[in-house]
Amino acid sequence: MIYAVISLCAIGIISAVILYFVAQKFKVIEDPRIDEVNEVLPGANCGGCGFAGCRNFAESTVKAGNLEGFFCPVGGNTTMAQVAAILGLQAVEKAPMVAVVRCSGSRANAPSKYRFDGPATCFFAHQLFSGESGCPYGCLGLGDCVAACKFDAMYMDPETGLPVIIEENCTACGACVTACPRSIIELRNKGPKGKRIFVSCVNKEKGAIARKNCAVACIGCGKCVKVCPHDAITMENNLAYIDFAKCKLCRKCVPECPTNAILEINFPLKKEKVAGAESKPEAVEV
Amino acid sequence: MSTLIISGSPHIHTDQSVQKIMMGVIYALIPAFLVSIYFFGLDALLLTVVSVASCMLFEYLIQKYLIKGEITITDGSAVITGILLAFNVPSNLPIWIIIIGAFVSIGIAKMAFGGLGKNIFNPALVGRVFLLLSFPVQMTSWPVPRPLFMPQLTDAVTGPTALGILKEGLGAGKSLEELLPQLPTYVNDLMGNQGGSLGEVSAIALLIGAAYLFYKKIITWHIPVAYLGSAFIFAAILHLINPSLYITPFFHLITGGMILGVFYMATDMVSSPMSPRGMLIFGFGCGIITMLIRIWGSYPEGVSFAILLMNAVTPLINRGFKPARFG
Amino acid sequence: MLKTFKLGGVHPAENKISSHQAIREIALPKRVFIPVSQHLGAPSKAIVQNGEVVKTGQLIARGESFISSHIHSPVSGKVFKVDEVIDISGYRKQAIIIDVEGDDWVETIDRSDEIKWEVLLSPKEIVDKINLMGIVGMGGATFPSHVKLMVPEGKTIDTLIINGVECEPYLTSDHRLMLERGEEVLIGAFILMKALRADRVIIGIEQNKPDAIAHLTNLCDKFPGFSVQALKVKYPQGGEKQLIKALMNREVPSGKLPFEVSCVVHNVGTAFAVYEAVQKNKPLIERVVTVTGKSLKEPSNFLVRIGTPISTLIEQAGGVPENTGKILSGGPMMGKALVSYDTPVVKGMSGIVLLPDQESVRVRVQNCIRCARCISACPMGLEPYLLAQLVAAEEYESAEKERVMDCIECGSCHYTCPSGRPLLDYIRVGKIKVGQIIRNRGKK
Repeated sequence: MIYAVISLCAIGIISAVILYFVAQKFKVIEDPRIDEVNEVLPGANCGGCGFAGCRNFAESTVKAGNLEGFFCPVGGNTTMAQVAAILGLQAVEKAPMVAVVRCSGSRANAPSKYRFDGPATCFFAHQLFSGESGCPYGCLGLGDCVAACKFDAMYMDPETGLPVIIEENCTACGACVTACPRSIIELRNKGPKGKRIFVSCVNKEKGAIARKNCAVACIGCGKCVKVCPHDAITMENNLAYIDFAKCKLCRKCVPECPTNAILEINFPLKKEKVAGAESKPEAVEV
Repeated sequence: MSTLIISGSPHIHTDQSVQKIMMGVIYALIPAFLVSIYFFGLDALLLTVVSVASCMLFEYLIQKYLIKGEITITDGSAVITGILLAFNVPSNLPIWIIIIGAFVSIGIAKMAFGGLGKNIFNPALVGRVFLLLSFPVQMTSWPVPRPLFMPQLTDAVTGPTALGILKEGLGAGKSLEELLPQLPTYVNDLMGNQGGSLGEVSAIALLIGAAYLFYKKIITWHIPVAYLGSAFIFAAILHLINPSLYITPFFHLITGGMILGVFYMATDMVSSPMSPRGMLIFGFGCGIITMLIRIWGSYPEGVSFAILLMNAVTPLINRGFKPARFG
Repeated sequence: MLKTFKLGGVHPAENKISSHQAIREIALPKRVFIPVSQHLGAPSKAIVQNGEVVKTGQLIARGESFISSHIHSPVSGKVFKVDEVIDISGYRKQAIIIDVEGDDWVETIDRSDEIKWEVLLSPKEIVDKINLMGIVGMGGATFPSHVKLMVPEGKTIDTLIINGVECEPYLTSDHRLMLERGEEVLIGAFILMKALRADRVIIGIEQNKPDAIAHLTNLCDKFPGFSVQALKVKYPQGGEKQLIKALMNREVPSGKLPFEVSCVVHNVGTAFAVYEAVQKNKPLIERVVTVTGKSLKEPSNFLVRIGTPISTLIEQAGGVPENTGKILSGGPMMGKALVSYDTPVVKGMSGIVLLPDQESVRVRVQNCIRCARCISACPMGLEPYLLAQLVAAEEYESAEKERVMDCIECGSCHYTCPSGRPLLDYIRVGKIKVGQIIRNRGKK
């Protein structure tokens, strides 16, 4: 009995001593600022910054010696200011962004013509055919973006079959943008008080064909381009695009669109609402 | 014209399904079941029915109230677990014990791992081993077979199994010659007229079922051949070295749970390896471990432990032994 | 003992209901739609203007890169316009639309029925001719044929294999072609053999076509070095690698071409097209298409011009059955589900299969029970269950190590899965993703 106790203790002590020396020998000396930077980062490891996780971002910022090209979309300007303070550098300010779904092809607007039977991933369906509605650019509604979102900022609306972005959770990490095989989701300026205007369609087909599949498709008529006083709208391949850097949110284009493809978000309700409830699948979650 | 359906190729599907495979196994177990009723009477019937019913009930309750997911008791896997569990216990086992066994089999060995296809160990064997360790007395008092409509030759209610006689006798220092007369004859071994768990006694009935499994292509030859082969060779070598201490290999093949284990439990799809080479390794390991336990272990029977041990290394075998690639 | 390949394979119900229907020619449609991308490789470039009058057999789109193919007008008439139409990919792709007027052929084409036996061209001229006439693999892969005839430096070909296996259920176009145009097919094979400087030709035919085997064996007497080999019925024997294994017992190494083992495989349809191109100067403008289905009134084999909408063919075969759930281009194992009845016939379309709706819906997906049927069905010796698992978990590097790129997409794994798991769908995703990873690696 006593021998067992003694020998166990001896093994314990010897192992501890060995471990101590090994730990000393193989100690990794690291810039302590890496830990400090890592501390202020959100720790979600979403990869939105372009690095393999927060730690990697911290290491890279410390190593680089300036913050040019470094931006944590999740933490935003506050986090970057903290990082800058730790490193004694100047942070590059960026306007807050938010993900935007540029498709309004809901079940009502773009009714299904075919039935897809297979694993529910947009990526596969995209390889296979143009989608249940027949629109080769529109949302497939199988939720690859929702699966990619790490911040619970998206869900599929069962009624419209389209993804919805929960604005206050969205960190603009861009995971959904890369997940979408049709590049429907775009990161756009959040805008003052969340107000923004965008073309909710990415269909590049000719107007008549696009309209055949979807009631709210951009038909490339160009009316919005003409009416825009700030040259913010461009027309390319039968598709209008509003440059958020130039858009002054005057809303002149919204009523002009014959198919209600231009959406305005977070504007106070007006007496005469142009966009019907139906063409506004991107209901704002507050 | 109906809406066109779009999906990836292939566009046709075999008529096989999980249900059909499970039903095949159930059909294959019927001959052994009938034999057990013949030798052990209504006890066997009652025990099997209770075992199956409680397995299905536990699966239903867990899926309905714990997982709150899809209910899959109709796929037949719980039925098989129930039958195999009952087949692995003595027919005079109290009913409440088998219900505990069913709970362990389904609740712990199967559903806790994620349900059908996710379990690492064969559920019925986990239940059986759990009962063996928890209720050693009840689990090792084997009723003497009393064939229906036959005059009873003996008054004894319980007796040892063939392997039990062997292990105990050799342990007590008796020689093989002394023990041989006490052992059941080969004919009785094959027909099932011997003491043992209710489903394992008749090698013939089990082999008929196994032939059906091969015919339906539900099992492949790899595991049974490797299992029986390695056990046979192992026992044969020992027998050749010292025939007075080690019994002939044929005895080992047809006694105890060997046939039941080899064809119905080692070949369980979920917990056995997937590539042909892996299956051979698996069967080989099962055979050797079974014989090690039978000959030198403290238990007379080693099939359950052997299969469970090899189940544990199945993921490693799957990783290490890939199928032969083309090119 | 009949020959076959060793690893894997399945045997789906054959359903060759149209095998006794002789090849029929059908009336020209009013308008044809000719996609400029009907082959593997770069799309061809349309060289006709709106309103231009074209003759049957005239070049209308030119293949401009190495792996590409020329396209000729299958009809005479006026180019309506060059526009986008839905093709077999399920997307709108550029196509040349021609309004049919009469049937006025280019004069250089020999339209007589007389069989021309003598092959006058040199190997080099044959390859050029095949390129010029826009011949592509007719078995479904549509790989430009002339590329398959350019043997790389340092390699020699000893055997040309003619693929008459037609292992896909339902399809009978190759079967009929071998029966009715046996001589032409063999002359085509002879031309290909000459171009490759091969010593012998083996024609592999599955045993379920005894009439074709007998017919071609008879004809082979006239061709020294030709032989017909009957094969056990097993899918996917028509796969290039599987057929070489079955006939020659040679294994094409992973990621390599059949050149590596001194073989080249061409389809019987291709051999026929080569005959017409080289001996009759006729470009690839028509092909045999099987139109079949259990509910279809008259399952048939048609000789149709490229660009004909499939609705015309189905009409000729008795109209679309009420219960149609899926239209397939190609066989049910590897074919593609079409979205439109207006899809035009293309060079690689060997058949149109109409599946009734109860057969069109996939079975319910259940948990994998690790039965290993997918492993024993895989003709490439892969582990489909594992690949699908890795792809679903987005572990593409591991999937690459498990040789996901070796998959030939035959669908045996999904076909055989008792749990109805869409294994091939996942593996396809994996192949695309891993392909991207490999290309990116190449860039770095």
